[in-house]
Amino acid sequence: MEKKTLFDKIWDAHVVKSVPSGPDVFFIDKHFIHEVTSPVAFLNLEKRGVGVLHPQRTVGTPDHNVPTVDQDKTIKDKLSRMQVEKLRENCKKHGIELHDLGSAHHGIVHVIGPELGITQPGMTIVCGDSHTSTHGAFGAIAFGIGTSEVEMVLATQCIMQSKAKKMRITVDGELGAGVTSKDIILYIIAKISAAGATGYFVEYAGSAIESLSMEARMTICNMSIEMGARGGLIAPDETTFNYLKGKQYAPKGEEWEKTVAYWKSLKTDDEAVFDKEYHFDAADIEPMITYGTNPGMGIKVKGNIPSTEGMEGSNKSSYLKSLDYMGFVPGEAIQGKKVDFVFVGSCTNGRIEDIRSVANYVKGKKKADNITAWIVPGSREVEKMAHEEGLVKILEEAGFELRQPGCSACLAMNDDKIPSGKYAVSTSNRNFEGRQGPGARTMLASPLTVAAVAVKGEICDPREIF
Amino acid sequence: MAYDKFNVLTSTVVPLPNENVDTDQIIPARFLKATEREGFGDNLFRDWRYDVEGNPKKDFVLNDSTYSGKILLAGRNFGSGSSREHAVWALYDYGFRCVVSSFFADIFKNNCLNIGVLPVTISPEFADVLFAAVEADPRTEVEVDIDTQKITLLSTGQSESFDINAYKKENMKNGFDDIDYLLNLKEEIEEFEKGRK
Ligand code: SF4
Repeated sequence: MEKKTLFDKIWDAHVVKSVPSGPDVFFIDKHFIHEVTSPVAFLNLEKRGVGVLHPQRTVGTPDHNVPTVDQDKTIKDKLSRMQVEKLRENCKKHGIELHDLGSAHHGIVHVIGPELGITQPGMTIVCGDSHTSTHGAFGAIAFGIGTSEVEMVLATQCIMQSKAKKMRITVDGELGAGVTSKDIILYIIAKISAAGATGYFVEYAGSAIESLSMEARMTICNMSIEMGARGGLIAPDETTFNYLKGKQYAPKGEEWEKTVAYWKSLKTDDEAVFDKEYHFDAADIEPMITYGTNPGMGIKVKGNIPSTEGMEGSNKSSYLKSLDYMGFVPGEAIQGKKVDFVFVGSCTNGRIEDIRSVANYVKGKKKADNITAWIVPGSREVEKMAHEEGLVKILEEAGFELRQPGCSACLAMNDDKIPSGKYAVSTSNRNFEGRQGPGARTMLASPLTVAAVAVKGEICDPREIF
Repeated sequence: MAYDKFNVLTSTVVPLPNENVDTDQIIPARFLKATEREGFGDNLFRDWRYDVEGNPKKDFVLNDSTYSGKILLAGRNFGSGSSREHAVWALYDYGFRCVVSSFFADIFKNNCLNIGVLPVTISPEFADVLFAAVEADPRTEVEVDIDTQKITLLSTGQSESFDINAYKKENMKNGFDDIDYLLNLKEEIEEFEKGRK
């Protein structure tokens, strides 16, 4: 029998039809929508006079542009309000489940999907958002799509996709103290570059990956897109099943047993072949931080910003332009650089474990005076747990400001913007120019590193103040 | 939605050699608030094009009247980052029908093909040739022929072939989109769904 990868197994089971010398007609099990990339899709459906084929396969939530204060009041920004209202209107009209602002399961789309148990192994999941790759942590094929494709899914529950090439990234061994899954993924991206996995779908494997919690796995799959990959996935195992058991939308009773038996079959066959393989040793990974304007520009916190040696042409000029934006000089150390803001949140690191890790670190300490510290839970559920576990109190005592759930400063569509020229160390996923506000300078790191930076007021290694 | 048919495009070129241009640069998130598709061209490359007061930055290529045209000649790894189709809407709305680069990000490329902007991948060497030619003479014209899958520098006749899958090619040539195709398959899709439950 043909040996298949996990990706092949799920992909092949969802091909409705292959178009000769074209893409596959690819069936989508679950579709998430939010207020920014869906309005035009609904508008176009209307223009065509077409309805939503399977409204029960789509779930909506407003997250990208929503304010993170006073969520119970009317949204002040007119355009944001219109987008959120459009989402409500469209969901209501077509019978689509909506987790609206202020409701018990409101939050960032990639946080609430798993939390509700909507995200399950073996599924195909799409959303008009590139970090849909997050859901791959459950052993699903999950990726971001454009608005035209949102329209296709609404109208036909399918999109036209060519199958990506297959890559496996294996990380074996044990992680050192103070090294987290965020460091693993920043390390991988720094090694293979921001475009290194373009055209591929990545399976993460190896003992270091298997030892991670679901939250930590989601952080890794989340950032697959930052190396150009269409998505990333991890084979489901006991950790996955335990996470899902009892969740609202997870199968129950006899159905649970049957489904788990199927989920267990979702693994790459021993002799299956990948188009590309990488192997890394967990022991080589240390706390990481980015110094430039794409997520591939990462170094050890203890390291130096690369010099321009060996670079030439547009490669060198793009590099210098990036450092110029950041206000850094090639070759210098990053440790000790003054920071103005820290941001803990986003679909990368806005889950309860992340908040626990920050709270655990800052307990009994205070943030430095030069730091403004924002903490934005990924969902209402996370917010609730943070209150119940007493984390909010610890964080507030340390001088952190807790906001309400949403994407917030991850993409700064709302008022949560880092001012021009200021430095922010963020747990989010993109350090592009202006991502956190026009002129903002973003450095990406793990929640633990961010916590240490908040206390020290400058770039530092979280292991040194343990 | 349907878009203009693409057959042969002959045009001058706007050069943007920067590498890793991400979709946040093509259209910053704060301009994604519209609920319709029109008007994004005004904010194309917003933060590179205008200063905080909204005055055009002289050194940015879109503000330099020497360069114009329907073809954007871009650096390596163009369109990385967010899946926002708004980035392509902005390019289209501004007047670009074709983007040429030695390397595109995946989702961006897909989005282009879905709304009628042709992404043309060329070798890094040919990209260098084109950049040099445009720099030497901004009136240099390039021809992109989707039928023969050829891109030609008209002044010298140098050319290269590019890839596009046959299905997408037909779509681009006819101004069709995938939804037209999928809607015709509804019964097959329905059958498939029943089998999955
Ligand atoms: S948190 Fe950031 S990356 Fe995640 S969905 Fe929101 S904007 Fe996108």
